[in-house]
Amino acid sequence: MEFSLEMLSVIGAVVVVSFGAIGPAFSEGRAIAAAMEAIARQPESAGPLSRTLFVGLAMIETMAIYCLVIALLLLYANPFIG
Amino acid sequence: METSPLVADILFHLGPVPISRDVVTTWGIMGLLTAASWLGLRRLELRPGRFQAMLEITVEAIEKQIHEIIQRDPSSYLPLLGTLFIFLVCANLATVVPGMRPPTGHIETPAVLAATVFFSVHFFGLRSRGLSQHFRRYIEPNLLLLPLNILAEFTRTFSLMIRLFGNMMSHEIVIAIVVLLAGLLMPIPFMLLGILIGIIQAYIFTILAAVFIGAAVGSVESK
Repeated sequence: MEFSLEMLSVIGAVVVVSFGAIGPAFSEGRAIAAAMEAIARQPESAGPLSRTLFVGLAMIETMAIYCLVIALLLLYANPFIG
Repeated sequence: METSPLVADILFHLGPVPISRDVVTTWGIMGLLTAASWLGLRRLELRPGRFQAMLEITVEAIEKQIHEIIQRDPSSYLPLLGTLFIFLVCANLATVVPGMRPPTGHIETPAVLAATVFFSVHFFGLRSRGLSQHFRRYIEPNLLLLPLNILAEFTRTFSLMIRLFGNMMSHEIVIAIVVLLAGLLMPIPFMLLGILIGIIQAYIFTILAAVFIGAAVGSVESK
């Protein structure tokens, strides 16, 4: 079976999205678990904690979104396909 | 998902300038917000009516958040950050209105907003700390870190743009796929999720802008 450049790009996009989702998913889970624990221990500090949590989650999520953008570039704006 | 999300769909041409759908939506939201503020502020009363009370609550809530992050008098940062937040909420929620697409789902609008944040960070930094103090931040622990600091300056602006764009656009794609797979009622929970995502992304964008500005004016640690 012969692979064309288009097929390889689609496979590449799938690999990028799937593996790019794993790391951020794990780390977001850990971050949220830690924040939950902290809020359960100190409910009065829920405000600043959740704000920091949101900022941190945004930072983590950026990695997944970089992968998404790479996948979209592969699918829609591939520089190697004319 | 009939067209690529990276290409703007052009509605009409104004002379030689192509006008895309996002520009029309953006100007519509801007007009709507301006009209709403004008209507609400036309007759200010000491005992506010419903609409004036709503505006006051919104502004005060944003002011409080900004004060908590920047730890300074928020009045000079409120116009930029508050407008940013309210505009982003409206823009991200444009997906709820049938026939409208969120302008943040294409790359131009987030790019412009991120560029605004980038320049305003330097503006506020220069204004409150002066030239030498402001640029001293780049060689702060050591001169060796200068390239990294400059790189971080650009990558954080870039990631601000990509985060908003990626979230909104990927949500649009998810809705398109769900509509394609299962027709009538299935997309509704995803649209509810979209409302949540839109508001959270607007919040995150504004918070990050506030954190960057706060780092530039020297009250919080740089992220």
